Amino acid sequence: MSSLLSVKNMSINFDTPRGSLEAVRGVDIEIPAGTSVGVVGESGSGKTVMCRAAMGLLQGSNVKRSGTVVFDGHELTAMSKEEVRNLFGSGMAMIFQDPMTALNPVRRIGSQLSEGLRVRLGMSKEDALVRSKELLELVRIPNAAAILKSFPYQLSGGMRQRVMIAIAIACNPKLLFADEPTTALDVTVQAQILQLLRELREDLQMSMVLVTHDLGVVAGNTDYVAVMYAGEVVEYAPTTKLFADMRMPYTEALLESIPKVDHKSGTRLAVIAGRLPNPTDRGAGCSFAPRCKYAQEKCHKEHPELKKDPDGHLYRCWFPIGVAL
Amino acid sequence: MSRISFWLQRIAQLLIVLLLVTFGVSLLLRLVPVDLATILLPASSEGEREILRAELGFDKGPIGYYLQWLGNFVQGDFGKIYFSGGTEEVSDHLKQAMPRSLLLMVYTQILSLVIAVPLGVLSAYRAGRRADKIISNSLFALSSVPNFAIALLLVIFVGVKFAWLPTLGYVPIAEGYWEHLKHMIMPVISLSLGLIATYTRLLRADMIAALREDYVTMAASKGLSDRRILWRHVLRPSSMTLLTSAALSMGALIGGAIVIESIFATYGIGFEVFAAIGGRQYIALQSTVAVIALFYVFFNLVVDVGSGFVDPRTRDRRVNA
Ligand SMILES: Nc1ncnc2c1ncn2[C@@H]1O[C@H](COP(=O)(O)OP(=O)(O)O)[C@@H](O)[C@H]1O
Ligand code: SF4
Ligand SMILES: [Mg+2]
Repeated sequence: MSSLLSVKNMSINFDTPRGSLEAVRGVDIEIPAGTSVGVVGESGSGKTVMCRAAMGLLQGSNVKRSGTVVFDGHELTAMSKEEVRNLFGSGMAMIFQDPMTALNPVRRIGSQLSEGLRVRLGMSKEDALVRSKELLELVRIPNAAAILKSFPYQLSGGMRQRVMIAIAIACNPKLLFADEPTTALDVTVQAQILQLLRELREDLQMSMVLVTHDLGVVAGNTDYVAVMYAGEVVEYAPTTKLFADMRMPYTEALLESIPKVDHKSGTRLAVIAGRLPNPTDRGAGCSFAPRCKYAQEKCHKEHPELKKDPDGHLYRCWFPIGVAL
Repeated sequence: MSRISFWLQRIAQLLIVLLLVTFGVSLLLRLVPVDLATILLPASSEGEREILRAELGFDKGPIGYYLQWLGNFVQGDFGKIYFSGGTEEVSDHLKQAMPRSLLLMVYTQILSLVIAVPLGVLSAYRAGRRADKIISNSLFALSSVPNFAIALLLVIFVGVKFAWLPTLGYVPIAEGYWEHLKHMIMPVISLSLGLIATYTRLLRADMIAALREDYVTMAASKGLSDRRILWRHVLRPSSMTLLTSAALSMGALIGGAIVIESIFATYGIGFEVFAAIGGRQYIALQSTVAVIALFYVFFNLVVDVGSGFVDPRTRDRRVNA
């Protein structure tokens, strides 16, 4: 199967006052065309940094990056900033976790939405506004004409997220990075937004990287899942396979941490005993070892290498679940 | 709260501030432990002083005196300046000084902002890199030189040694715009350098904070150029502190440019204050300070209007508060 996006051996380090912070460590990930791939992991595991780096959106003089990213036949990591920029909008687009902070607080929805159309597609102001209204209708915003004239702070969280989706799909991207698109929303709105994303993917034939810390979100919305821990992809498998036959103790712990009863918004945070390892000082062994109930001596000493089942299921564990040693 | 009642309330607040400030100044003058009439009319007879006391309300209590001054002031009678040979109207002095101060302020603001805004944008964009370091360090060096020292250097080199520009005086626009500008260039530069440093620093700090916001990454992910992102997306939400600081320095420039106005003989409002103090012209001082306070209050309103434009959220917060 051909890959729309292929990330090879990506590492991202930040220079910080406390030393070099390894946010992403040697990540390989493939997004086959036409699929939706989930990226799951606790907060701080490097999901956001990985996505932004894949798109070339990491800014700052303190960033060190290595590895290659190939999107739709273009090697992004060998291209200039301007060349990569030309792929934004119609090639790749991104939506963000908090629609309040990801929309410009001082500009009207209409100008933020039509801007991409004018800059990227060269539309006239009038045409862009007409198209903007259609886009708002496409993401099922009622009263689109009035919304175009309003400011982000005048909308509800769910509406803002719809606006952000409208902005992202404005130029018909092939790949949408959705970075925790529902985390800041309450449960009923979450479901509506996920539903909308499913429909849009179908209608626009768009691939998606769906980032979440919630395995529950991944279940009905992705074809493949990459599980991230401490900057690494520790497991990668088709979604159904992952749920049916997971290999990683970490994935199991994530699954067990999904609250079973109904819950209020914002409480769906993975709670696994212990904390992520210090990102400026990764130990020698398996990063999960201090929290892992299967950990043995070897886990603390040697970093597990990536293993592959015959069906392509990838994992990084010395003592994987369901595999006879 | 409707928009109109917000503005009415705001204006009422500012009027109260004005009353308090002018009353405070008035009270201070009355506390001077000397007879004001003797100071204003040193060579006159006690009879003439008695008439002056009655005329200015020195014979009344502090409140009566203040009310009398205020009544005159709002009717445009700002009082007199007393000389041995007679009197001059304070309002005539202010009429002369006001355009000088206003133009000095406007030119200084324009020059400062035109230079500081691009420098602030650039140094925030290149934060921590060479361009930023060069800008920040040179501005820091500049801001540690007092403006009168800059003024004197300009006088010595530009004015005297090379004789490119006149060193003294003020020429009204009516007598030729170029001639007018030539007399303004050096005072304006002297006043601007410090402001440029301040404005650049404020804008840089706010822009660096704003550049970390998600909406900047969002704008970049739409495929916009860095230039467009900086100017169209980041500048406006980052300029609130700059706006406030600029408005305050407008007030300060109108009443507080005494040293520069003296060096270049521009003789604006600041010089009037200085002259009133030096000549013990208490009524002139009181009225001139009141006029300066009026300007401060006016520029405060400008900030209110401007902040609604810079950040639309403040408009609604007012209405919903
Ligand atoms: N600009 C940055 N500078 C320094 N450290 C950063 C920066 N951005 C992210 N990090 C660090 O990188 C790690 C991964 O962060 P992130 O990708 O945001 O995690 P996630 O999205 O999975 O919650 C965290 O330890 C975070 O503190
Ligand atoms: S390598 Fe060891 S510590 Fe790490 S996840 Fe596997 S069993 Fe647990
Ligand atoms: Mg994140």
